[in-house]
Amino acid sequence: MNTTKIMTIGEIVGSLESGMTIGIGGWGSRRKPMALVRAIYRSSLKDLTIVSLGGADVGLLCAAGKVRRVVAPFVTLDSVPLEPHFRVARQSGAVEFAEYDEGMFMFGLLAAAHRLPFLPTRAGLGSDVPRVNPDLRTVRSPYDDGEELLAVPALTLDAALIHMDRADTRGNGQYLGPDPYMDDLFAKAAGRCYVSCERLVGPGELDGPPQTLLVSRMHTAGVVETPNGGHFTDCAPDRARDEAFQRHYATSAADPEAWAAFAERFLSGDEAAYQEAVRRWREEQEERAR
Amino acid sequence: MSATRAEICVAACAEAWRGDGEVLAAAMGTCSILGARLARLTFEPGLLTTDGGAMLTAEPVPFGAPAGPAEGWMPFRDHLWLVQNGRRHVMMGASQIDRFGNTNISAVGAWDRPKSQLLGVRGAPGNTICNPTSYWIPKHSTRVFVPKVDMVSGVGYDRAAELGPVASRFHGLRRVVTDLGVFDFGTPDGAMRLVSTHPGVTVEEVAAATGFDLVIDGDVPETRQPTDEELRLIREVLDPRSLRDREVRT
Repeated sequence: MNTTKIMTIGEIVGSLESGMTIGIGGWGSRRKPMALVRAIYRSSLKDLTIVSLGGADVGLLCAAGKVRRVVAPFVTLDSVPLEPHFRVARQSGAVEFAEYDEGMFMFGLLAAAHRLPFLPTRAGLGSDVPRVNPDLRTVRSPYDDGEELLAVPALTLDAALIHMDRADTRGNGQYLGPDPYMDDLFAKAAGRCYVSCERLVGPGELDGPPQTLLVSRMHTAGVVETPNGGHFTDCAPDRARDEAFQRHYATSAADPEAWAAFAERFLSGDEAAYQEAVRRWREEQEERAR
Repeated sequence: MSATRAEICVAACAEAWRGDGEVLAAAMGTCSILGARLARLTFEPGLLTTDGGAMLTAEPVPFGAPAGPAEGWMPFRDHLWLVQNGRRHVMMGASQIDRFGNTNISAVGAWDRPKSQLLGVRGAPGNTICNPTSYWIPKHSTRVFVPKVDMVSGVGYDRAAELGPVASRFHGLRRVVTDLGVFDFGTPDGAMRLVSTHPGVTVEEVAAATGFDLVIDGDVPETRQPTDEELRLIREVLDPRSLRDREVRT
């Protein structure tokens, strides 16, 4: 099989539509497909439902007014606990929020990945999660125990965006860091999954233990090479989180004027312009430190 | 050796895992993480602890140190499956906690449009309904210890009782450790009880920093001092950079 699934960032984002439910892989501020998120930020898409173990992906898209609804157990930058844009969006009532427990969220993806309507769990029972998600239902065990459990509905996605350390031109994705997060579940829960990667290789050239081959081409619709495309999130082993830049992002995001300047400097051009702007920013920081 | 307040808190957190055997000691917050590793190094050697990430470390590692040799791998998905499986005792933080141990890390104010959006419920609902749970709260105040939490993220004893004995059979809040004292829920209705006050803290101070009526049974003892060996392990092995003092000031 010689056909490639190579696409451009523009082609991937151009294939998405307003109103879609889009899953975004990674976890918090770790291995997020930020190059694709930045492209959505610049796009004309709107009214999106974002399903995410949320970080700056959710924050940026909220800041750009792209989001109608967020489905998430948290939104955090990890080393910066609270995501400023998400806070503003929630506190101003700009977005709807389906707040799930982490285990519920995983079961929702698992259900969608296996074409099940729901999966049962105890997680969520007794908490206010059912109160703030009045659509949630419980289900009673058909066996002798008769236990009542929360029926987590399938989190079926129109599209998923994930960022891999490596991918091949056929769309197979590989992770080389310590944690796969839920990225393979996002891929299987989605009608189509797009993979961005730090480095694109030819078929058969994904080096590493077999268990690092996380996402199969049978589940991917397109692949794009985006070196440093996870920036500023953690992308181990190739790149650690850019903590200094994340602090700059978080500080800027907490203040409308500072954010306008940040957006003008970093987010007004394409991905190459972003990477160049970050490079120049880092040079300035080093200059100042001298 | 005389212990600082932070060191008393670390030993009090460690006590939460006493008797747990071979379970994952999942910890959040500096003194809680140090406590888990201290318990493993001393009276509870069967515990499993992480590097703060996906690795189960072969030995308890100093705070913030690289994992070193691993004895297991627990990426987030396996951690969430372990919550369902049950061989885990978690010590979480809380932005709000009430008399029955309901906790909130999600949002303060009306949920629909919160005054302050916090993290989200994260794993708190599943943790509390599936695993033994304790809490580490570094700043005990009436802002945290409130009559009623705004959003129940972690399930308390009144909510567990409403669910009935089957659904709540894995629920259990073990202890709450703060910078002022130690608390449990060993009362007939599961209301929070003052177990001990840290050296130098009075019962009145604890009551004044708590926004609901604590159960106080007779004379309240002092929280135990760390042993000399525990202090050595905290100071020389687990936390030589004294990060504990950033969380609890002396």
